[in-house]
Amino acid sequence: MSLAQQNRPSVREWIKSGEPVIWLNAAAVTISALAVIALIVLLAVRGFSHFWPNDVLQATYQLPGQAAVPVMGELVESEEVPVEQIRGSGIAYDGDAAFLKRDLIKRGNRDLSGVDFGWYLDTYLTDISKPAEVLVLERREWGNFYGRLVAVQEQGESVVDVAANAQLAQQELAQRLQRATDLFEQIRNIERGEIGSINYAMEQLRLRGRALDLRADEMTAAAMTDARAAIAEERAALDQQYEALMAQLSELYQALNRDQIAVAAVDGREAVIPLAKVVRAYYPNSMSTFDKLGFYFAKLWEFFTDEPREANTEGGIFPAIFGTVIMVLIMSVLVTPLGVIAAVYLREYAKQGPLTRIIRIAVNNLAGVPSIVYGVFGLGFFIYIVGGNIDQLFFPEAAPAPVFGTPGLMWASLTLALLTLPVVIVATEEGLARIPRSLREGSLALGATKAETLWRVVLPMASPAMMTGLILAVARAAGEVAPLMLVGVVKLAPTLPVDGNFPFIHLERKFMHLGFHIFDVGFQSPNVEAARPLVYATALVLVVVVALLNISAVTLRNRLREKYRGLDM
Amino acid sequence: MATDTSKTHAMDISQLTRTAARHDLEQEDVCLQVDQLSLFYGAKQALFDVSMTIPRQRVTAFIGPSGCGKSTLLRSFNRMNDLVDGCRIEGQILLHGGNIYDRRVDVAALRRQVGMVFQKPNPFPKSIFENVAYGLRIQGINKKRVLDEVVERSLRQAALWDEVKDRLHDSALGLSGGQQQRLVIARTIAVEPEVVLLDEPASALDPISTLKIEELIHELKSKYTIVIVTHNMQQAARVSDYTAFMYMGKLIEFDSTDKLFTNPAQKQTEDYITGRYG
Repeated sequence: MSLAQQNRPSVREWIKSGEPVIWLNAAAVTISALAVIALIVLLAVRGFSHFWPNDVLQATYQLPGQAAVPVMGELVESEEVPVEQIRGSGIAYDGDAAFLKRDLIKRGNRDLSGVDFGWYLDTYLTDISKPAEVLVLERREWGNFYGRLVAVQEQGESVVDVAANAQLAQQELAQRLQRATDLFEQIRNIERGEIGSINYAMEQLRLRGRALDLRADEMTAAAMTDARAAIAEERAALDQQYEALMAQLSELYQALNRDQIAVAAVDGREAVIPLAKVVRAYYPNSMSTFDKLGFYFAKLWEFFTDEPREANTEGGIFPAIFGTVIMVLIMSVLVTPLGVIAAVYLREYAKQGPLTRIIRIAVNNLAGVPSIVYGVFGLGFFIYIVGGNIDQLFFPEAAPAPVFGTPGLMWASLTLALLTLPVVIVATEEGLARIPRSLREGSLALGATKAETLWRVVLPMASPAMMTGLILAVARAAGEVAPLMLVGVVKLAPTLPVDGNFPFIHLERKFMHLGFHIFDVGFQSPNVEAARPLVYATALVLVVVVALLNISAVTLRNRLREKYRGLDM
Repeated sequence: MATDTSKTHAMDISQLTRTAARHDLEQEDVCLQVDQLSLFYGAKQALFDVSMTIPRQRVTAFIGPSGCGKSTLLRSFNRMNDLVDGCRIEGQILLHGGNIYDRRVDVAALRRQVGMVFQKPNPFPKSIFENVAYGLRIQGINKKRVLDEVVERSLRQAALWDEVKDRLHDSALGLSGGQQQRLVIARTIAVEPEVVLLDEPASALDPISTLKIEELIHELKSKYTIVIVTHNMQQAARVSDYTAFMYMGKLIEFDSTDKLFTNPAQKQTEDYITGRYG
């Protein structure tokens, strides 16, 4: 072969050299990496830009042949619309452009105008300005309010008028809002904490009373009377506490309802809003970037730590985060021992033959069963059969209300444990198979029985493999939604499954879950535009939660691996 | 027991006088007695009608070409072959007159009496201390004072104490191959067995570590009965008092090491030790 021929390789030689395969592999890796990055970036941008306090625009909107309307609100997005569509909707556009820009403006004031988002044709928006005095109120009900402060009032009497002293009015509002927020926090703590505990205790007493009724024929009349007296006494004590708290509460409520503000919307309509209903009041157009950053992080913090408001379209997602994490933890606690024990039996004790092979195939196939099927199974078996029987046996006094015979945390965790069982079994079995024979023999030769060898040598060494199984299980369980809708997840749970009332973890309670929260906010929400950014933000939180759960499991596994490093296996 | 010995091995005065006086199979105490042992792996027979006595507190070596059944024979002394599926035994092995293959025998207890060290060092992925203490912990001995004492004594006996005394609680996996093998020996003698079975204990080690193991075997024979499988004939000659030559699952010749190497009775033995096959 001459040198000239070598310099011009043919396509066949190029393929033979393996270079195209390398390129193909690199391309596949690049696409995967880009997909992950794009996913995270999209979710982050769409979701977390929602918490930024945008400037509020004021403009005049005049469609041809109609009266001019003042508009105030935040610009959410813009899009190009074909002119035909605009003409079709009855607007007499007389220009010659084929497409027109259309703006979505969040104008709030749902209590006044009914709809808090509106589309506006950009061409007809004129006199656009950003007045510094525009006030945005984030309210506990009816969404945001956009407008101007008119006066600060106390018991319906004006304290400061903006017309008289604008600066003083703003200060007064800030101070009084702070006071109202503190009071509101106090009230909430009492209602959630002490009154919640009393209600819980009262319910327990009621159930004890019911239980006494049910056992009436087994008890002597004297014992019965004593027991009833004891209950009545406890109830009286609780009632007394309750009364005291209610008195305290009514005082607090009175104090809370002291202040109001009078505000004016851009169209001139005035409203009086009690400060008790206001979460935040801010002037976005006069905020510096630094102020906005502070506001942004405060909103973000609220998102992570607070409860949802307004049909999940406002507030935070803490109960959903909490529910997701605790469900995955309980699932892990359930699935690990079960899976490990099953794997140990299959690999170490069962006689290897056609039967074990069939069982193994069956276990592997379980991993492929659609998750909703597990949900149906969980509902039919765990909730109706197991839960129903538990209720009959242990909670007859609660009837007809179910305790365990209804979807709840316990059954959701158990259903997911079943769903992820195959992964744990398979991974553990592989780990057991990799333990060198010489180590088992070494232990047996020292007089250990098979069980001792398993417990002291084999299982600790197989623990990294078990962790691998658990990691896969967590990854699958944390993202699962479909079965949960049948076995315990709800749109809004009034209480967390963990609280300060004995026995502290309430496995029978329903809970919230990030995956279901996304579905609910995205598709079941009455206010789609307001909810959409939260869908992205919640999705990102879900991804992060799953990643964190995984990372902690991986860290644990790497520690275990490190311990058994240097062992050729 | 003495009568058993005389039954299975007929006296031969002339042979006795020719071999070195200090190694006389007939005058040794018997530790293990193998009685017409045949062993099958499924349909395949691995040992054919083996009978021999293992003398107490002596080193007995098994030599022979690969696959001759020497390891199989060794592993039947503490019933390690039980772990192999389809393994079947005929005949018996007596330890102090009791058949270790009796149904009533507690295998775990037997293995405490008959310890074993394998070809490749197999320390547990635990600390040096825990490796040695393992056998005791299995027996439910957890008193720190007792464990400390036993661990030190065993490591001293295994000539490892000086090398590891400052890092007893480090992982055993950090030791060199030779140290690991001595650790495994220490672990084995920590439970005070009567018999220590060594299955090619030095074949995975370098020459210096091998030498140390051989010295150790010399030390240990004052306390333990040692049976060693080796495919290194020099090693057998160096460390053992008695040597058995096996071939194709049969015991060809068993005699004092001096005699077997200098004046073998069987042609096959002579061929093997002079390197004609194997």
